[in-house]
Amino acid sequence: MKYKDLKLTLSSSPHAHSGCTTGVIMRDVCLALTPALIAAVWFFGPRALSVTVVSVIACVFFEWGYRTLMKKDSSISDWSAVVTGILIAFVCPVNLPYWTLIIADFFAIVVVKQLFGGIGLNIVNPALAARAFLFSWPSLMSGNWNKPGVSLPMTGAVDAVTAATPMEALAVGQLPSESLLELFFGRVGGSFGEISALALLLGLVYLLVTHVITLRIPLSYLGTVAVLAFIFPQGGNAPWEWALYQLLSGGLLLGAIFMATDYTTSPVTKNGQIAYGIGCGVLTILLRYFGSYVEGVSFAILIMNCCIGFFDKLGRPKRFGARKGGGKK
Amino acid sequence: MAHSFFGGVHPKGYKELSCQMPITPIYPKTVTICMSQHIGAPCKPLVSIGDRVTVGQKIGDGQGLCAPVHASVSGEVVRIGPRPAPTGTYVESIVIASDGKYTLCPDLQKRESIQGLSPEELISIIREAGITGMGGAGFPTSVKLSSGLGKVDTVLINGAECEPYITSDDRLMQEAPERILRGISVIKTILQPKRTVIGVENNKPQAIAALRQALQGEAELLPLRVRYPQGAEKQLIQAVTGRQVPPGGLPAAVGCAVFNVATCAAICDAVFEGLPLVRRAVTVTGKAIAKPCNLLAPIGTSFEDLVEAAGGFASQPYKIFVGGPMMGIAQHTLEASTIKGNNALTCYSEADRPASVLPYCIRCGKCVEACPMQLMPLFLHKAQVLRDLEALEAEHVMDCIECGSCAYGCPARIPLVQSFRTGKKLLRDAKAKEGKK
Repeated sequence: MKYKDLKLTLSSSPHAHSGCTTGVIMRDVCLALTPALIAAVWFFGPRALSVTVVSVIACVFFEWGYRTLMKKDSSISDWSAVVTGILIAFVCPVNLPYWTLIIADFFAIVVVKQLFGGIGLNIVNPALAARAFLFSWPSLMSGNWNKPGVSLPMTGAVDAVTAATPMEALAVGQLPSESLLELFFGRVGGSFGEISALALLLGLVYLLVTHVITLRIPLSYLGTVAVLAFIFPQGGNAPWEWALYQLLSGGLLLGAIFMATDYTTSPVTKNGQIAYGIGCGVLTILLRYFGSYVEGVSFAILIMNCCIGFFDKLGRPKRFGARKGGGKK
Repeated sequence: MAHSFFGGVHPKGYKELSCQMPITPIYPKTVTICMSQHIGAPCKPLVSIGDRVTVGQKIGDGQGLCAPVHASVSGEVVRIGPRPAPTGTYVESIVIASDGKYTLCPDLQKRESIQGLSPEELISIIREAGITGMGGAGFPTSVKLSSGLGKVDTVLINGAECEPYITSDDRLMQEAPERILRGISVIKTILQPKRTVIGVENNKPQAIAALRQALQGEAELLPLRVRYPQGAEKQLIQAVTGRQVPPGGLPAAVGCAVFNVATCAAICDAVFEGLPLVRRAVTVTGKAIAKPCNLLAPIGTSFEDLVEAAGGFASQPYKIFVGGPMMGIAQHTLEASTIKGNNALTCYSEADRPASVLPYCIRCGKCVEACPMQLMPLFLHKAQVLRDLEALEAEHVMDCIECGSCAYGCPARIPLVQSFRTGKKLLRDAKAKEGKK
């Protein structure tokens, strides 16, 4: 035997892999969120950046700290804590005090994610759960929205000029004072990651091109909201105008593109995903029309998160080769 | 849905490593012929140590689901006993020292035509020639043919070769299309199908062109889109006919029979030349191989001889497997030898070693989308980890064809196929226990 001392690895097939790992996917999500961050810095100044960075560092720290304390494998290399950190920052007002943000990061990473077993095992979306948790301080979360175009410093006074958000107008059946174009580019008040539709759509394109997500959830979600808003316009507004404002206002695009598509908390089958998107859309409209908060996206997605077991069953593919009307031949 | 099957993935091909290399014969000094070449009953040796044998002489046979084995070189039987087999175990084998002369067995009988031969006689010729499916599983071809008699309306010839790296079928289709077509004519005579289709993935334009020239109306030539596992039996049937083989059933249940192109060429050799299945084209490839190539190797050629014929190793191999990367079996030694179903030996170098990833499922659903059998691999895996036999059955673990599409795309690199093999065994063992009670 010439080749006697070969050290060969033995393993079950397949011996090939797409190269697309959890870390690669999460990094792609971070990249897809970058345009929205740039838009936020453009309209709100450097504080948008510092809030995001603080949130990311806090999330990664809590992820590392919890798993180190519990003597578990370190999971920070999968980048999921980074994504959570960015998303938590994005759903907050830009003037939110840093300490509140860090408490929210702790809640998302430790309580919502790690206590349930870590990545892949949480029931609800950590970032949205953190946002719901932040409503324990209602005045900080929806009291004074900064006016876009007024640059905020990283530290110091941050609540000088405030403005109403489009959602506040829509909640009472009025069209917002901003034009649709301003909404599209993001010259509006609101949570700072959700303002620019253009930036979020660029992110969507990137996620589609890199095959991180498909159009199934965003399209069924947005489509349902558009159709329902078109059929049931409020305050005597023109249906198409009302529907467009509903689509472009508030957290809908951020929610439909980045939150509802979160792998762990959305269904795994094609049909399940479409049904889930429709469910999110219906709940969003119901909460926006009849809820006590002006925005309904985050609660709609959180409620739907709790139902994915049902949607996984609903979308189960038909068994290959099964005869009509029966499971077995 | 024509020309399409459920799920699937697009692994990188790497066929350019060896696809330009003509099939070249090699002449090993010894061959080790395994008595268990396929599922079913193993053969019993018909020769003893010291016997002189000639090429094509029957040296092992058995009862039941079994195809005989033949000497692939002429020379002397030097050893009979357990030897390493590609399956990773030791299996009863006959070792023959070649005299280098390749003297043909005098009993072999050539035929000019098959006129006047009944289907049963043709099937018996194919059985005696030891022909088994050469694309993978290695099911005895004579059994496939006789079980398909009267039931098959569509014969599918599988030239998909959807596994990355492998080019042996591609080369065969380019170099010997007329042998494939003569083999097809024999199959048609036996099964009398209404339709005969040759399916080739359209990344092999030269093979398609060569077959088209040789066709002469013998069969339809259908270029298939490049998508793994296009060449899996059930998926090929679905893509070409739209029919789905029922769970646990055989292709004959939906009126189909599938034969690999190399099997067709072997049928041609057996029926017209009288030559049993004693050699086959094997692709020796991978980044660790100095000169990737296609070899015409006698059955029983050791993997060491294959690597030597391909110029040896260019770099330290990290993993070596028979077959392609999606379904190939990893080897622990190069002492094992080729069997009739071995279409390739792929050698990975250190550059192919993957980075480690924590195996936590993130419910991305890529496995569900990729599964060509409509299974939900993430839930199957959970059932196996929990040893939940009821859930394994409810998730149809036995339907899994082990193609590897799910594990290929899994972001957490969970060894899903390994998990399902374990799951199948758990279920089989439980059923066997129940049967004993």
